[in-house]
Amino acid sequence: MDTNFQPVLSINDLSKSFDDTVAIDHFNLAISQGEFITLLGPSGCGKTTLLRLIAGFEKPDRGTIFLDGVSIIPLPPEKRKVNTVFQSYALFPHMTVFENIAFGLRLRNVSSQELKETVGAALEQTKLASFAGRMPSQLSGGQQQRVAIARAIVNKPRVLLLDEPLSALDARLRSEMQVELKRLQRELNITTILVTHEQDEALSLSDRVVVMNEGEIAQIGTPREIYEEPSSLYVARFIGDINLLPATIEGRNVGDTLGATMLGQQISLNSSLDFSPGTKVQILLRPEDIRLDRDIQEDMPRFSGTIVERRYRGATLDTTIQLDHGPTIQACEFFDENDPDFDYQIGERVEVSWVRGWEVILPDEE
Amino acid sequence: MKNKVQLFSISLISGWVMLFGGAPLLLLLITSFLKQHPEKFYQFSFSVQSYFQLIDPAYLDIFLRSVRLAGLTMLFCLIFGYPFAWFTGRLQQHFRAAMLIMLMIPFWTNSLVRTYAVRMILGTHGLLNKALLAVGITESPIRFMYTDSAVVLGLIYLMLPFMILPLYANIEKFDYRLVEAARDLGAGPLQTFSSVVFPLTLPGILAGCIMVFVPTMGLFYVATLLGGARNLLVGNLIQHQFLVSHNWPLGSAMSVILILMMAAMLALYWLVLRRFSARGQVYHA
Repeated sequence: MDTNFQPVLSINDLSKSFDDTVAIDHFNLAISQGEFITLLGPSGCGKTTLLRLIAGFEKPDRGTIFLDGVSIIPLPPEKRKVNTVFQSYALFPHMTVFENIAFGLRLRNVSSQELKETVGAALEQTKLASFAGRMPSQLSGGQQQRVAIARAIVNKPRVLLLDEPLSALDARLRSEMQVELKRLQRELNITTILVTHEQDEALSLSDRVVVMNEGEIAQIGTPREIYEEPSSLYVARFIGDINLLPATIEGRNVGDTLGATMLGQQISLNSSLDFSPGTKVQILLRPEDIRLDRDIQEDMPRFSGTIVERRYRGATLDTTIQLDHGPTIQACEFFDENDPDFDYQIGERVEVSWVRGWEVILPDEE
Repeated sequence: MKNKVQLFSISLISGWVMLFGGAPLLLLLITSFLKQHPEKFYQFSFSVQSYFQLIDPAYLDIFLRSVRLAGLTMLFCLIFGYPFAWFTGRLQQHFRAAMLIMLMIPFWTNSLVRTYAVRMILGTHGLLNKALLAVGITESPIRFMYTDSAVVLGLIYLMLPFMILPLYANIEKFDYRLVEAARDLGAGPLQTFSSVVFPLTLPGILAGCIMVFVPTMGLFYVATLLGGARNLLVGNLIQHQFLVSHNWPLGSAMSVILILMMAAMLALYWLVLRRFSARGQVYHA
């Protein structure tokens, strides 16, 4: 894969506005063969517009999109070698499952033998073989979803575009379909762009996640990078639950740490970044980074507080702690097999800290 | 208690339908099987004489002529009405309402009056000829009046809303994302229309065609006013039997045949709709 440096899809300086609203702003992105990219962001961040620009349903104000090195901007949707799975599925209600899937092949005058085989294979891949003769209205939401996927992949698109394909399904079906989608994508080695506002979908499916904000890239990276090293408060807030604690930088300590004051205590932070003394920052801590009482490591600062809420979650015990001199903190602790009775009472006094080095320092944007 | 209310409502409705729908039809049917009488409207004894008279080639000619003119009217209404209904259906909500109101406003004027207005425009010294003369397209006035074209034009003008409204009702429910899906899968605009848009709007097309074709067959005054005596249609013929020849049995027999033909068209429409719903289709007009 790495021997071929030409990206399958490359977006150069793309911009698109509707009336006075900027949907896509000087956007750049290159996607390589077989990659699974997710465009993640809240509604109105431009992710669906970007997908529609690639599919050809919108014309950009400026910039180009290259597919295999050739600009596809002048091409109408039917001439672009990309296929879309629509949010609403948009199955043809007057055609059977088989005819829906065969639609693209029929337009390319594929021989009837090849058509049967190709559609048959797609039906197998999506576990729809026994539904070939049904009408879309006779299918469940999950089955309709699979028809929509089969109808797209049967054309062997260079890039598969998925527009919030799982948003209409219930939670259990959604995670099932996530697994199936990922399996299909891996088996067929299809370059895929997924648009979603569900962060767990983005994290579990993608090779790379593009977090979008107002038509621009807020951050791009692997799911792990996005989750563990968010580059801004915006990204941190969007992905996962977070605790934010205000702090002020004092200066660089001996060694590799930064000195800072947080909630009246001296702390040292792991960071290669340099902040000038006096800079206000936010310390980002995930609930699972938090440690309470006897789990706190040596030399870590301790903040005292009171348990105000506890939620038993099966694998974890989630608590909310009101700090004596600061905000409330969300903590998420895994049950320890050595201590099956581990629990807290509401109102219990605890000491709070975090795992050394797991903190993320973000510039204070507010 | 609830049953009594139900019974009352059902008997009221069926009574209404029987009185104002069933009874006149029955009278018409009975009259068509009565004997003709040279002086009175009819003679009260059974006869199929009127139906045999209908086999006359002269009547068949008029009938075919009516079918042809009504068919032409229907076709032109479809050609003009479909794009209008399609683009109106694609407009934003408040623009749609404006378009439909503009379509409805002429309805507030009596259609007979509007047919006279068409006469004013098409006449030898009418607006159209004046305009053509002024621009210099023609040297002397063109005769538009008392031609088949004038009749069809008048019919199109009167019937166009009857095509557009059922079409619009169907197209408004059409999911435009299906067009995008078809384009995305490689269909050009024409293929998208023929394989997706047309089959899904077919119930609306059929409903519109029936709504135009059926009344057009009986619209006698348009042919009288714009086509003159030469332009006899089935509607004129029936009117003539009742009001001029005083031959009620023959007029009734003609009406019965016309009603049967309309019933056949409605049955066809119903069959198509049923095929759609058997496939789980919900795109009723």
